[in-house]
Amino acid sequence: MSWILAGLAAWLVGWWSNVMLARLPKSRATGLAVPVIIGLTIIVMWECFVRGLEVSSVILPPPTAIAARFAESTSILWEDFVQTVIKGALTGYVLGCGAAFLTAIAVDRFPFLQRGLLPVGNFVAALPIIGMAPILVMWFGFDWQSKAAVVVVMVFFPMLVNTVQGLQASDRMQRDLMRTYASSYWQTLFKLRLPAAMPFIFNGLKIATTLALIGAIVAEFFGSPIRGMGFRISTSVGQLALDLVWAEIVVAAIVGSAFYGGVALLEKAVTFWHPSQRGRA
Amino acid sequence: MRKSVLPVLTVVAAIFVIWYAAAVWLNAAWAYDRAARAGVELSFSELVADTWSQDKPKLPAPHQVAVELWDTTVDKKITSKRSLVYHSWVTLSATLLGFALGTVLGIGLAIGIVYNRVMDMSVMPWVIASQTIPILAIAPMIIVVLNAVGISGLLPKAIISMYLSFFPVVVGMVKGLRSPGVMQLDQMKTWNASANQTFWKLRLPSSMPYLFTSMKVAMAASLVGAIVGELPTGAVAGLGARLLAGSYYGQTIQIWSALLMAAALAAVMVALIGAIQRVTLKRMGMAE
Repeated sequence: MSWILAGLAAWLVGWWSNVMLARLPKSRATGLAVPVIIGLTIIVMWECFVRGLEVSSVILPPPTAIAARFAESTSILWEDFVQTVIKGALTGYVLGCGAAFLTAIAVDRFPFLQRGLLPVGNFVAALPIIGMAPILVMWFGFDWQSKAAVVVVMVFFPMLVNTVQGLQASDRMQRDLMRTYASSYWQTLFKLRLPAAMPFIFNGLKIATTLALIGAIVAEFFGSPIRGMGFRISTSVGQLALDLVWAEIVVAAIVGSAFYGGVALLEKAVTFWHPSQRGRA
Repeated sequence: MRKSVLPVLTVVAAIFVIWYAAAVWLNAAWAYDRAARAGVELSFSELVADTWSQDKPKLPAPHQVAVELWDTTVDKKITSKRSLVYHSWVTLSATLLGFALGTVLGIGLAIGIVYNRVMDMSVMPWVIASQTIPILAIAPMIIVVLNAVGISGLLPKAIISMYLSFFPVVVGMVKGLRSPGVMQLDQMKTWNASANQTFWKLRLPSSMPYLFTSMKVAMAASLVGAIVGELPTGAVAGLGARLLAGSYYGQTIQIWSALLMAAALAAVMVALIGAIQRVTLKRMGMAE
């Protein structure tokens, strides 16, 4: 009972402090503090309610148990991280985004192809491409190559569509100006059109980060060597070792946020001139 | 629009050509292998014919998939477990339920975020953070845990779909509900409109284009959620189960037909939302 009361108390304290903070003038500190407080409140309430209501750890382990398991099995988690994230997701991400980028530049030279590829690309980007996973696992074997292939297929079309759109972002006047400077195709590409396309390209890169992780993990459900985050999650669920599953989820969450955050930081550095970035500073 | 018909058809035709060529290339090893064991030389035309008609090819040719699709949709009774229509319905019902839940949740959150400063500051960052977590990875756990609590069938899959589909709706609706300019909001004030009236007569109508755009994204995401949600249930029913069963038994034609069915479902649902969008916006006088 005392656990439940403690949980309710935590909820009230979190709620009250957020209402107070929200009344203060908006600043960087409050903007950061409010979501952090919410997160902490949820974790404390989770702990209290799981202990207070005596929820079986087979259904929902308390955060402390997850943290303990995390600390205990760092070697397993690291092995899975290398297998899934570094070998699978990252390789696929680089290959897929790179290929899409080069394809977009090639396509951009032919308006005919462009008009044909854009609708098809948009259509394919909306399809459940993750379903390709079993086929690619069959083609490329169980190891990380097949996971990278799934990631390549998943990130290719969003990236392609965004880059092609981005290459059209520079307007006629600017391109005409480059013409009056007698600049060649490549000069226009590198000095005007690619920089102008950067906001679009980074949009594609950001979408691709989440897709890459999802693709690499889900592809492991269709067969994998005995390591990898997807493998560990699906087998640990079978063994009812939910604390290990949650530890993997924590890793996935950290990696996902860091990956996304890293690309966002890069975007900030590259597209500092864009209104959406200038406004935020 | 009409100008892009020819290019699109060209690209689609190119995809089919590549597909057929790839089928020859990928299936050739097996064809040669079999021919070598039978002790015959394969001519090129025999090779092509063989690679396009294998039982368990590495890559089935499009017409094989088309035949399989026809067999499992038209020739089978809808109630049969072999009917792809039956499996599609299992997936579609979870998708639609999840989509409906996600849209309602998304709109609710968006209204809260627009009208409540505390929610704006506290919920929005977590909504964004929630999407950097690869939820699909957690799908098996959600299914198994909910099963242990006694909830099974449609709802667990729908919850995964909901989680994937609420995000685009929240983001789109927050943008949409904030889209009326200061001028319009001031106008409502001069008419002495209450907060309720401002919401129903200005904010909600002007958010409609945003809502439909994000609903299209949400529908596609929801379908992915439902398919992945079917994987860990041990391949009982649904398109995801067909994919998994196909990958266990090497039935590539079955995998491809399930995949194309999923693609068709996604296309039809997104097109349906697009049609509703056109009609609604036209009636509201907002169509371009």
